Amino acid sequence: MANLKTVSKKSKAQSMGMHTEVLTGRTQQKFFNPDEAENFYYFGTYDVDFNKRTELDVKDMTAPEANKEIDNLMSQGYGTIVIKNPQGKHSLGVGILNKLNLIFEGSLGYFGMGSCDGPIVRINGRVGWSCAENLMAGKVVIEKNAGSCFGAAIRGGDLICKGSVGARTGIDMKGGTIIIGGDAGAFTGFMMQRGRIIILGDVGINLGDSMYDGTIFVGGEIGSYGSDAVDSELTSNDQDWLKRKLKVAEIGENFDVSKMKKIVAGKKLWNYDNLEPTEKKGAI
Amino acid sequence: MCGIAGLIHRGKSSNVGSELQGMLQALKHRGEDSTGYALYGDTDGKNFIMRFKVGENVGEGSSSVMEDVSVYDERKKIVDETLAEMGAKVVKEERTLPYSLRYEIDYDTKDLLDFSQRIESIPGVEILSMGKSLEVIKDLGNAKMVCDRYSLDKVVGTHAIGHARMATESGVDIKSAHPFWGYPFSDVSVVHNGQLTNYWNNRRVLENKGMRFMSECDSELIAVYIAEKMRHGATLEEGMKESLTGLDGVFTYFVATKDCLGMAKDTMAAKPLVLYESDDLVAMGSEEIAIRSVLPQEIDTYDPFDGEVKVWQI
Repeated sequence: MANLKTVSKKSKAQSMGMHTEVLTGRTQQKFFNPDEAENFYYFGTYDVDFNKRTELDVKDMTAPEANKEIDNLMSQGYGTIVIKNPQGKHSLGVGILNKLNLIFEGSLGYFGMGSCDGPIVRINGRVGWSCAENLMAGKVVIEKNAGSCFGAAIRGGDLICKGSVGARTGIDMKGGTIIIGGDAGAFTGFMMQRGRIIILGDVGINLGDSMYDGTIFVGGEIGSYGSDAVDSELTSNDQDWLKRKLKVAEIGENFDVSKMKKIVAGKKLWNYDNLEPTEKKGAI
Repeated sequence: MCGIAGLIHRGKSSNVGSELQGMLQALKHRGEDSTGYALYGDTDGKNFIMRFKVGENVGEGSSSVMEDVSVYDERKKIVDETLAEMGAKVVKEERTLPYSLRYEIDYDTKDLLDFSQRIESIPGVEILSMGKSLEVIKDLGNAKMVCDRYSLDKVVGTHAIGHARMATESGVDIKSAHPFWGYPFSDVSVVHNGQLTNYWNNRRVLENKGMRFMSECDSELIAVYIAEKMRHGATLEEGMKESLTGLDGVFTYFVATKDCLGMAKDTMAAKPLVLYESDDLVAMGSEEIAIRSVLPQEIDTYDPFDGEVKVWQI
């Protein structure tokens, strides 16, 4: 296996069974030209200064009020916002399409940090169902546990839970990385299409059920495999990547990644994609 | 959608009526067609407390048929006569609303089956709960409305479970509201969030075994299912574990007895539950905001996994 530090980006990706992420869809060709990117304006974004910091107590606010205030603070250039007393409220921090340091001092309810693109978020508590659903880019770190549907349909970014998560983690995910420090529930990786899930602890039944693509790494016991999920060889490149990812995530520093199991899709779906990862070839 | 909440204090009593009201009110967005409380109050344990109804709330949104109050009076009269015939002495009588009554009864029996069958053979009469600690109070409206209507905020006890209901497959009425009494067992109650898909098959089997159903609400099946298992010697926990395979569908439910509180989650973990557990308190609900109403400070909570059954004692 080639050394990750010396090979090209494309070769590195392919050697690890990933796509090269060349977007060839009709929509992309028609509506987006990278050469004209500077002419595009991303609605709802502001120039913020990470050194400009403020606090926001949302104890007596509704979720829409709190989210509007976060938006208002970003419009004033605040790049670091500390949210006090979230107290399990639903839908906090949704729709942030900005670079931002966001810190929640407490727990969130359902749909926290949904549909975001870019912020770096630390939640010093737990989160309810569907945290960071549809995350496009950025990083969300949860210090405690998370509910079900964690990282549903994410397309990019890193989503990290240092505790345990509920069922259907990474359901329908299309990219990005989900890292779980503890255990994960049933149907983890259900219908996942791309991206990676790392679970350091045990995982429940039907792991990777009906997965199209993507990779799941498990450090503990697996309750059972779902339909279409199969074991694959854990390569040295995988191990290097896992070590790096865990280090960046500040999680599992001394975890022995060489003993992790690697699970991939064992079945190719017609017309899903014209790219076929090497993982599948190895597994079939 | 529906929301459920429950809490149990270990080693002490608390104002569970007010606490559960706060938890259920926090979940009112999950449904406010009806709200129900199963409160395990501090009593001397000598008399049975029978909560029963002689009619339905026919207020706005109700799917029940309007009846004259004189009909309720007539049914109450027959209940009184039947109790007297059975040798049950009414020690205390409260009529909170024209259709809702609470009796404290001096009655020496261990078998409530015959007792319940005779009372419920009176048309229009349904026992909501029977026990020496349990009181089931349920009515139309959100948690605060029901709490205010029945003055529940002062009830002191050890544990409680409750339900905020969005009616989907059965009527907006008290008989379809949760909690359900685990007929004919003293002090057993159930609340449920989810949908059972083998309701009719199980109902037919259980009815053939002599169990009774008062509504067409699938959640009632859980109470009857667990009660039937306990009738044949199973413990609460054993009955709940059997339900994971015996009941089909998606569900999270709570069962409470005189001194226990239990939760079960189906094998697909399709219905939410957040749990807080400490040495002296267990609080759980469909959403964390329910727990936050009694524990506003930062706490550690978690989601129980698929197929998990837990039982706590007071």
